[in-house]
Amino acid sequence: MFRRVLGKTLGFLGYTVQYGCIAHCAFEYIGEFVACSGPSMEPTITSHDVVFSERLSRHLCRIEKGDIVIAKSPFDPHMNICKRVIGLEGDKICTSGPSDVFKTHQYPRLPQPTLRPAISLKPITVPKGHVWLEGDNLRNSTDSRSYGPVPYALIRGRVCLKLWPPHNFGALNQSPTGRIVKRSD
Amino acid sequence: MAQAGAGRRYVRAFVSGFFVAVPVTVTVLDRFAYVARVEGASMQPSLNPEGNVTGSDVVLLNRWSVRNYQVRRGDIVSVLSPKNPQQKIIKRVIALEGDFIKTLGYKNRYLKVPDGHFWIEGDHHGHSLDSNSFGPVSLGLVHGRASHIIWPPNRWQRIEPSIPPERMPLLNWHADATEDEEKD
Repeated sequence: MFRRVLGKTLGFLGYTVQYGCIAHCAFEYIGEFVACSGPSMEPTITSHDVVFSERLSRHLCRIEKGDIVIAKSPFDPHMNICKRVIGLEGDKICTSGPSDVFKTHQYPRLPQPTLRPAISLKPITVPKGHVWLEGDNLRNSTDSRSYGPVPYALIRGRVCLKLWPPHNFGALNQSPTGRIVKRSD
Repeated sequence: MAQAGAGRRYVRAFVSGFFVAVPVTVTVLDRFAYVARVEGASMQPSLNPEGNVTGSDVVLLNRWSVRNYQVRRGDIVSVLSPKNPQQKIIKRVIALEGDFIKTLGYKNRYLKVPDGHFWIEGDHHGHSLDSNSFGPVSLGLVHGRASHIIWPPNRWQRIEPSIPPERMPLLNWHADATEDEEKD
């Protein structure tokens, strides 16, 4: 009788491992459900909406300008951020926020060595392997305008479908801000 | 008709085995351990000491120990490259968030590593594309910690964390005074 119990337990464990692995592969390579919070993507995504983000675009490197992506926050890897891709590598972004924290973009060397917040417009070129993210709610969004371009490898997935609330079910709207960089070639 | 039956049983066994083996292998490679061949000379003499003459080192990357993004100074880690998202680079962790360090050829001579970032360098300075070129790296990009060299067999060893003494951080901003050195 003990052997039967052992056999059943091992069988149960085997099924758990197998289905756990299949679930991991599905969430890692196909897509996952994300509950968003915060006002930075209004009106496209409001707080407490549930969206579906697919992972295939990220693994095949097919994220494009205008996509809404879920990415790991550059300053806290346990937190995720949900923003729109405004520019890809090589694009020139005009921004009027304070300069980025790392001085990673090219701009003429200032005569003073200290960093001071710049109010004038200046173009920033997105470096290789990075993207420029901005929220749709420009007034209330901490995004690349404060922390600079984000490495592409931090992107987790592309949001493609809104699932909750039910009256808003379906695909997501285009950018309402008009900040997407046109191709400059 | 016995042969058709045997063939069909074989196909069914193969398919069911396939659907077990592939997800389990992918999950193990993603969550637990990964095996990678080290290319290039940027980590000499710790890894690939003779270059590609006698064959590159193969290391075992522990992905479970970095699941909470906890790395220690001196670890050799593999990181998704900030310059090329499909490439992984393997370097040594020199400093964690809050450390003040002296850089070797970066834009700023002295730097405080920002929150959520860390500083990596190859052991072979000058032949290494590391934080001295692209700056501090976000912790979200860490891929795995190299724990053992598993090939060639005469180089089987556990990789111990160690920082060359001239690359130690100068100061740590956090209240962790017992384990950090203060240089002049």
